[in-house]
Amino acid sequence: MAERTLACTACHGKEGRATTAGFFPRIAGKPAGYLYSQLLNFREGRRHNSLMSPLLANLSDAYLREIAEYFASLDLPYPPPQNASLPPQIRARGEELVRRGDLTRNIPACTACHGLAMMGRQPAVPGLLGLPRDYLNAQLGAWRTGQRKAASPDCMHGVALQLDTPDVSALSEWLATQPVPALAKAAIASESPLPAECGKVPK
Amino acid sequence: MRRFARLTLKVGAVVFSVASILVATVIYLNLRGEDDLTSTPLRQTTNAQPVALSGQIERGRYLALVGNCAGCHSNAGGAAYAGGRGVPTPFGTIYTSNLTPEKATGIGSWSPANFWRAMHNGRARDGRLLNPVFPYSSYTHVTRDDSDAIYAYLFSLPPVVQPNREHELRFPYNTQAALAVWRAMYFRAADPSADVAPDTTRTAQWTRGAYLARGLGHCVECHSARNALGAISGSQEFAGGAIPAQGWYAPSLAAPDEAGVALWKREDVVALLKTGLTPVASVIGPMAEVVYGSTQHWSDQDLQAVTEFLQALPAAPARKQVAAIPAADSVLSQGAKIYERDCASCHGRAGQGAPGIYPALAGNRAVTMWTTTNLVHIVRNGGFAPATAGNPRPYGMPPFSHTLSDSDIASVLTYIRQSWGNQAAPVSQLDALQQGRGN
Repeated sequence: MAERTLACTACHGKEGRATTAGFFPRIAGKPAGYLYSQLLNFREGRRHNSLMSPLLANLSDAYLREIAEYFASLDLPYPPPQNASLPPQIRARGEELVRRGDLTRNIPACTACHGLAMMGRQPAVPGLLGLPRDYLNAQLGAWRTGQRKAASPDCMHGVALQLDTPDVSALSEWLATQPVPALAKAAIASESPLPAECGKVPK
Repeated sequence: MRRFARLTLKVGAVVFSVASILVATVIYLNLRGEDDLTSTPLRQTTNAQPVALSGQIERGRYLALVGNCAGCHSNAGGAAYAGGRGVPTPFGTIYTSNLTPEKATGIGSWSPANFWRAMHNGRARDGRLLNPVFPYSSYTHVTRDDSDAIYAYLFSLPPVVQPNREHELRFPYNTQAALAVWRAMYFRAADPSADVAPDTTRTAQWTRGAYLARGLGHCVECHSARNALGAISGSQEFAGGAIPAQGWYAPSLAAPDEAGVALWKREDVVALLKTGLTPVASVIGPMAEVVYGSTQHWSDQDLQAVTEFLQALPAAPARKQVAAIPAADSVLSQGAKIYERDCASCHGRAGQGAPGIYPALAGNRAVTMWTTTNLVHIVRNGGFAPATAGNPRPYGMPPFSHTLSDSDIASVLTYIRQSWGNQAAPVSQLDALQQGRGN
């Protein structure tokens, strides 16, 4: 499978562990359902990238699922976190938003869906640690403008609409500077339901 | 003074008459060969749609796959056949229409005769001239029977409410007058009686193949050269053509040094169309889309038929190539360095490839072809062969747009085109900058 997916790892790094280029996200070890949804989103125009969509245009659902499962199954060490670039009080604001949200502005805690360790939640919520700051900024921006979409109901668009630019910088700053704990894994879907009904992973 | 006025009047009268004759000619040329819709019995049944004959819907489903109707008439992520896909052309962007049987936004109020007139004559139900991006210059060869079957299939689909999007064409291409003139110059509806009396010097299989390649399969639309107004002349049929606005070139199906298959084994041609892959070749780019959406679903008989037709195309003479002047050593050594680093692990140190997995580059006519736009496109953007029943888990070529500069792409392609026995012209940095790009 590694050979079949060389077109993926050219940008996403050897075995999908991400490169130092600063933009391409790590795909290794993300929940399979999440990766599969993203492949479908690119193929079907809910996410936009000038390379991704044409690459996937003529690949079947079954093959995309297999590709997603392959990368999800890879268990690789994470790169060291990025250095802090903003003052500590901004990072603290980022951590506050991640752990508690901002109820006065209707912003839920990120951990409510992305897991207490922020390593995601099976089968379809991605972890947000170990990602480059530039990628996080770009994605949060795209969620806000609706350029990045999920299958309806698109919860993340609703959440992102509540965020302003300083919130986005603070979140990206905190997330990108966190070391990824050894053996960190996406949380198993627990009995506690997700706080919102979000776009389902297509079967 | 009075003489001058009289002269003006005379000249005016002549101009007016000439203009009237031209307009009348254009109108005549646009309407000739059209059936009278009112004479078609199905006309009276617009409210109660005619009942499909037994097996007609299934046959129509197959024919719609042969024509790859859904390929253009579906937008990524949207409902199949509901239209909305943008097709870029040198004249602007065309948005495909909703073919589902929805009354207000689709073709729900069309009769089979209306549908036939669109396919055969390129006119919509309301009489508007359709833009030839809808390939009615090919579909005019489709029989009334097949048109009715496709109609029956489309009317079996769930209706989808999706209004058609306005085309974004520049003036004058956005006018009916421009379309009328274009049609007067370049379009003539096929004579259905010609299909009844086929060429007796040809086999039935060849005749079927010609019908598919020139008609419903509309192969001719990409694999032929077009003039400045986007028309194909007879001599350019299957001679290879640029795919406008996408940065691809659809190689000639008649030229042995492009994509002609006269010398191939018959089963390899069939396999390429059915699976996208043979031991000697694979498809990528727009042809991967065609195999994925259409030819992989063709029946074996139809694949055999189109193969017979393609193999019988008269061989086109080799195109005059720019002399294959050996490139400067500095370019070749730079190209070799990039090749070793980025390409050799799959395509082999001697460009030998791995059969069925990585295409060989040595002796590959797609590599040595006169135009390099496809090569630049593939190096920059990568691509997968289509996932088909015969090749469900295709290998992919990585994109290099973020790691190789135009100068790097030019050097590595020059190296590939001049190594292991390949003798083709170098690729310049300007070629790499300009080629392989859409607009």
